[in-house]
Amino acid sequence: MRIELTLNGQRVCADMPADATLYELLRAQGMKSVKCGCETTNCGLCTVHLNGRPVLSCSQLAARCAGAEVVTLEGLQDEAQLLAQCLADEGAEQCGFCSPGLVMNVLAMAHELRSPTPEQVDRYLAGNLCRCTGYMSQRRAIAKYLKMREEGAR
Amino acid sequence: MKQVGQGVRKKDAMALLCGKPVYTQDLAPAECLCVKLLRSPHANAMIRQIDASAARRMPGVACVLTHEDAPRSRFTLAGQTYPEPSPYDRLILDRHVRHVGDPVAIVAAESARAAEAALRRIRVQYEVLPAVLDAEQALDHPVLVHPEDDWKALCDVGADNRRNLCAQEVVSQGDVEAELAACDVVVERTYRTQANQQCMMETFRAYSYMDAYGRLNVVSSTQVPFHVRRILANALEMKKSAIRVIKPRIGGGFGAKQTAVCEMYPALVTVRTGRPALLVFTREESMTASSPRHPMTIRVRLGATRAGDIRAMDMYPLSNTGAYGEHGPTTVGLSGHKSLPLYSRANAFRFAYDVVYTNTMSSGAYRGYGATQGLFAMESAINELAHTLGMDPAALRARNMVREGEQMPAYYGETAQSCALDRCLARVQEMIGWADKYPRRVLENGHIRAVGLALAMQGSGISGVDTAAASIRVGDDGTYNLMIGATDMGTGCDTILAQMAADCLDCDVADIAVSGVDTDQSPYDTGSYASSTTYVTGMAVVKACGLLREKIVAAGAQLLGCAAEDAEFDGTCVRCGGETVSLRDVANRSLAAGAQELFASASHGSPVSPPPFMAGAAEVDIDPETGEVRVVDYCAAVDCGTVVNPNLARVQTEGGIAQGIGMALYEDVRMTDRGRMMSNSFMQYKIPTRLDVPSIRVEFEQSYEPTGPFGAKSIGEIVINTPAPAIADAVYNAVGVRVTDLPITPEKVLRGMGRL
Repeated sequence: MRIELTLNGQRVCADMPADATLYELLRAQGMKSVKCGCETTNCGLCTVHLNGRPVLSCSQLAARCAGAEVVTLEGLQDEAQLLAQCLADEGAEQCGFCSPGLVMNVLAMAHELRSPTPEQVDRYLAGNLCRCTGYMSQRRAIAKYLKMREEGAR
Repeated sequence: MKQVGQGVRKKDAMALLCGKPVYTQDLAPAECLCVKLLRSPHANAMIRQIDASAARRMPGVACVLTHEDAPRSRFTLAGQTYPEPSPYDRLILDRHVRHVGDPVAIVAAESARAAEAALRRIRVQYEVLPAVLDAEQALDHPVLVHPEDDWKALCDVGADNRRNLCAQEVVSQGDVEAELAACDVVVERTYRTQANQQCMMETFRAYSYMDAYGRLNVVSSTQVPFHVRRILANALEMKKSAIRVIKPRIGGGFGAKQTAVCEMYPALVTVRTGRPALLVFTREESMTASSPRHPMTIRVRLGATRAGDIRAMDMYPLSNTGAYGEHGPTTVGLSGHKSLPLYSRANAFRFAYDVVYTNTMSSGAYRGYGATQGLFAMESAINELAHTLGMDPAALRARNMVREGEQMPAYYGETAQSCALDRCLARVQEMIGWADKYPRRVLENGHIRAVGLALAMQGSGISGVDTAAASIRVGDDGTYNLMIGATDMGTGCDTILAQMAADCLDCDVADIAVSGVDTDQSPYDTGSYASSTTYVTGMAVVKACGLLREKIVAAGAQLLGCAAEDAEFDGTCVRCGGETVSLRDVANRSLAAGAQELFASASHGSPVSPPPFMAGAAEVDIDPETGEVRVVDYCAAVDCGTVVNPNLARVQTEGGIAQGIGMALYEDVRMTDRGRMMSNSFMQYKIPTRLDVPSIRVEFEQSYEPTGPFGAKSIGEIVINTPAPAIADAVYNAVGVRVTDLPITPEKVLRGMGRL
């Protein structure tokens, strides 16, 4: 079936099977930052923004995204730079396979929450699994990022 | 500025963080056939008949392959060096399926949906056989996992397929029985460690294609590209020279990808059809037919004097290798050889083991590689000995543990030339507040807080086995290209090896371009496993850079018209007397008029495998109403020799500890009584989230390893070893319950407390 939506600011028309997920549609459109880690909505790797909210693209039916605005990390390269640098300076990416999903969720959180506490950050990101880092370096990097972002806004 | 010792950003960090298409699936051509596998529903069965005709007629199906279409030479999927210790017990597709999930047929189609539809049309008649699922029953069981005549072991590892035996050995020193008989106190316990999944976020995957020369190219998410080339040649009955393996960025390995779990399936499709083919394991496949940690049952006997001097140690692990022998004969060795040496002052030790086949998923390599299992048993037994003696477990360790300069009889007689274990133990007690917190305190809400600790060691590469080569060349304008065969799987070896090269050549890390791995172009390396890369490949890099430096000096001296021994190189210029010539000029002159290219290559292997050491301490919070255990703080003091990159070493440590916490408390590969996997997704197999890991604190107690590059040893594996025994003892200290079989679930705690 034909599905029209806005992907990273561009109108696209995708021809997908009726049971395709948004994840499948995005990979088929060449959005290779979007990863699949589990198929059971546990890992957070496939996180994208759907109408401004972070969602797991593996659990969204593509057909239901018709007319929606979808943003992947490909569409947020400039906004992601500062966060990416903070993570890189801690070595917090390690294998990097979970990084795009994490980056997308942190960017969503930064828009949604004002000055979140460390506990709020952990809870917001609880669905983003990482097997390499043990999360500590991500915490250090994200705290730095949020601080720099706030200072930049002032 | 010196680069070694700096927290240099990983060279690929920004590409990874910005979601660039750098992984196997991202790089696969769009025209790849989609490969799917039909898997056995039975733990042990013979395929009587298989009818793929309907599947082959389905739209979009390019091929369906069964055991009738597959080569007939047995091989192993374990990525190990010659002579391979894991038995040759596999076929790509076999008539005899030996565990639930063993592949029965390969389907390749134009789309995933077409391949899945075809899978459902394959008709298989099985002769279902009785299965042996329990490792305790497997030895000399009437059901043989490998009754076939063409099973073979290449090395003498004590294997005998007619007894379900994959390996067996006894090593000892001194008279253990006499020493134990003379001891005031003997602790005898049996511990059980479960199978664990590595759960790297990128599941197993590979794609293959025929290149312009008619050679089979395989791009794989692997830790062992050169071994994969050999394994594929064995499996496909092809010449090794007809195969090329390329490793792009890898989404985690942790040992899982030291076994060639998936490459042979797309490779066979490409060989048969001539078309490119891609196989991506689902998470369910990665959970049911992969290469998890060998489950072991380990009996330990420790004998000591009343004063707390350990006199004798006896360890017997029974290891379950599953349906195939990948890494079976070798993982078990580490359970003793990397736990007993911590207490090398004992008069006698014995280490005996059996490794058995069962009709369960094949085990494999997982970070720690047997040491993790052995250290859970050994360190738990040490804690139990301390409690039996009424001693502080830290004091018992301080009295008995190995120290720098001491010989380690159970570690092949090696001497601990670099060992800061004493400093690690003292430091970790300060970090966690041992003096105040041991053993327990009760909080106002009724929860109990307690601490526990453990020591660990590992190796740095495999002594006398691992080999690594590195090549480096000077290009236009004096730029460097470092070529390695070691496989960065997210760990950052491309970067830390460049840091070493930069210090050898007095330049910046940014001046060293690193590339790996392509078996056609990279220098040989056994691969990134056994904690080898920093130590073994690092030394190859140091050697190669030393040779290159000599060549740069010689070329510069020639241009200046002086003798090489009178010239020196400072990273930018070659100087001789008052004259200088820039590296840029030396480089450009070396690329013109038939001059000698400035290129050097060196290999390295080590006769020793210096252990990194560490101490880990857990503070747990237990709810006595529910039995729930939470790790509220984990402290680690690590001696990995010189820390090459503090950021990356720290993240390795934090990540390894988090995996160890998962092993201690949550993760368990569970099967039904018919061998069917119950823990086949992240729903049933829980790995720690960030809510489960509130605090990990890491400090380094550096030693200097004289045989390592810049004094470095390894870091990658040791860091997973302390959480299970440390947390188990913290639980004991809190509520008096000794959990000897992992994981430490609320049910086991409550049952131990008599509340269930």
